[in-house]
Amino acid sequence: MNKPITIDDSTFDQMVLQAKMPVLVDFWAPWCRPCIMTAPVLEELAEEYAGRITIAKLDVDQNAKTAAKYGIMAIPNLIIFKNGKPVSQIVGFKPKAELKRSLDAVLD
Amino acid sequence: MNNEYEIIIIGGGPAGLTAGLYASRAGLNSLLIEKGLVGGQIADAELVANYPGFVEGISGLELGQSMHQQATKYGLNTIIAEVTGIEFQREKKVVMTTKGNFTAKAVIIASGSERRKLGIPGEEEFTGKGVSYCATCDAFFFKEQPVAVVGGGDVAITEALHLTKFASKVTVIHRRNQLRATHILQEKVFSEHKIEFLWNTVVEEIEGKDTVKRLKLRQVITGEKSTLDVSGVFISIGLTPSTDYLKGVLPLDAAGYIATNERMETEIPGIFAAGDIRRDSARQAITAAGDGATAAIYTEKFISQ
Repeated sequence: MNKPITIDDSTFDQMVLQAKMPVLVDFWAPWCRPCIMTAPVLEELAEEYAGRITIAKLDVDQNAKTAAKYGIMAIPNLIIFKNGKPVSQIVGFKPKAELKRSLDAVLD
Repeated sequence: MNNEYEIIIIGGGPAGLTAGLYASRAGLNSLLIEKGLVGGQIADAELVANYPGFVEGISGLELGQSMHQQATKYGLNTIIAEVTGIEFQREKKVVMTTKGNFTAKAVIIASGSERRKLGIPGEEEFTGKGVSYCATCDAFFFKEQPVAVVGGGDVAITEALHLTKFASKVTVIHRRNQLRATHILQEKVFSEHKIEFLWNTVVEEIEGKDTVKRLKLRQVITGEKSTLDVSGVFISIGLTPSTDYLKGVLPLDAAGYIATNERMETEIPGIFAAGDIRRDSARQAITAAGDGATAAIYTEKFISQ
């Protein structure tokens, strides 16, 4: 089973910016219901895109530095990083099909 | 996975979960399809104080999860998927979803409603950049900053009160001269010093650069225009039914709601509707639950005919 990984302010650089594979970072918080709704979809995507895209979760409540750096003002907020740069962003709860379109676009 | 059921229920809020409880207890093989998290809109509520039986109130999330556990105990099946359409094949109804097709003898539509948008310039551009539809999610990002709430109902006022824990100032912008929110909420909001009101006022445009900077306002009686500097605007102007997948399947009224009779029957035999999605629904957790029970009881009668 391939699961989403948990990252924080201290590991963001290594796990996301220096990663060889694209990384989808889920900026989330435990008080946010649409974030909790997104979680099972991300677990499925981690499985389906194993070896192609890393799915990572960052709790904005505990990691304000990284959230501020990327101007997060609403969650759930999914940013896809490729070669250390944000290339795609999805704000709010979105159906799985839409998330897959964004992931596929980055992989092309 | 089994694809054939006696009843399929679309939507896992209080209406769908109660329908699921009644259908399962009646011994019907039932499937509930939910697109997000069981509980529906009620799961957003920090405290539900008007659901009878809970003297001190209950958290919306807990209420939703308890309803789901209770229905599951009697055999309700649940999948998380999005419904894309419904087709009719003789006596059977085919519900198409992102996880495949499922068939049933009867369908209860309980997919509820979602937040309505203002439809003004800047709203879409700045969504996630200061425009928000969920104060519980996003209030955190507006610490010591001025924000506005658009709307005057229970949800808008609850959100304004929540925002006072973070923001420096909260301006409630309402197009009428009085609130629709319940008396108890009004008492709370009028005694909160961080909250100010702009009555008879509408937002015409959201302006900014990268993020929201100000709102362009119009007083609806005098026509006077003004601006308000804010870092965030929380839009809470009511709900719109989640019926996109029903266009061409079922007659909907101009606002997108489904008409039913007192048995929750729609114009199509074997298709029932319950909860917020129904025209004239009171849009309360308890009335939705009542609709769900009624729909399940008459669905059982329909199936046994």
